[in-house]
Amino acid sequence: MDAEKNKYSIIVPTYNERLNIALIVYLIFKHLRDVDFEIIVVDDGSPDGTQEIVKQLQKLYGEDRILLRPRAKKLGLGTAYIHGLKHASGNFVVIMDADLSHHPKYLPSFIKKQLETGASIVTGTRYVTGGGVHGWNLMRKLTSRGANVLAQTLLWPGVSDLTGSFRLYKKSVLEDVISSCVSKGYVFQMEMIVRASRKGYHIEEVPITFVDRVFGSSKLGGSEIVEYLKGLIYLMVTT
Amino acid sequence: MKHVLKLLSLLVVISALWIGLLQASIIPQSHTWLLPIYFIVSLGCYGLLMVGVGLMRFPTCPQEALLLQQDIAEAKDFLKQKGVDVGSD
Repeated sequence: MDAEKNKYSIIVPTYNERLNIALIVYLIFKHLRDVDFEIIVVDDGSPDGTQEIVKQLQKLYGEDRILLRPRAKKLGLGTAYIHGLKHASGNFVVIMDADLSHHPKYLPSFIKKQLETGASIVTGTRYVTGGGVHGWNLMRKLTSRGANVLAQTLLWPGVSDLTGSFRLYKKSVLEDVISSCVSKGYVFQMEMIVRASRKGYHIEEVPITFVDRVFGSSKLGGSEIVEYLKGLIYLMVTT
Repeated sequence: MKHVLKLLSLLVVISALWIGLLQASIIPQSHTWLLPIYFIVSLGCYGLLMVGVGLMRFPTCPQEALLLQQDIAEAKDFLKQKGVDVGSD
């Protein structure tokens, strides 16, 4: 594949990311200087004026580089990706979070890994040497590790970080995998990578660092754990 | 094949081996009857060990938070100059 002809469509779902979206766009442009890419912002009707900021960014960087494809209200991550995909003109698609927990400086390493290996999917992992997490307390790390060991034992997924959502896909592969996924939330991310693994797609990993900026809010209550277990059972039975 | 079926077939194979051992009496029967318990306990211990080891070796990156703050400051400077509103969250 001729590297020069590759175009990367970066889908960023947003909800109330008025400041972060500007920062992330700047950082993407900073780290992908010689790469042909476009950023597709899928905003779910943010009340904080995120879309206004995106329009300002469009004036600065060009409407061909930043696409604003909003939706009327919060409709979920999976459908946000599907929506973004419809407008993607690249042959590769990157999905990442808008809150800067995923740092654009890793984008070149994703691209490099894919070019070196010809992989269909390159997924970022926080759990290997070179990667890491900041901002998690002991309890959070314990649940994360426990959840990971359980998932590895039950699912044999072939990747070290199942719930990560910083990934590069060949566009055709993303279209294929996403059409068979029905879960919501982070179980959706797990379902995507497990289904891809079952379908035999070549998956590679690159280490990434994850800075959790949502200080103080514990995303892991009892109901989250129940959802996770239900998700594991669902994936065991249907993949 | 669905993954749960793979796991069940593995379980069936292990059970067949266990029943075989019971009938062949290579190991004294009293021990053989306890094998499944040993197996489950070992599996549990292995799991706990993996969690513990993983927790100890959990990769952290405190310097990344600092670098991120620098990146944010740099981005804000640039964008402010260019007329993008980077006011408060």
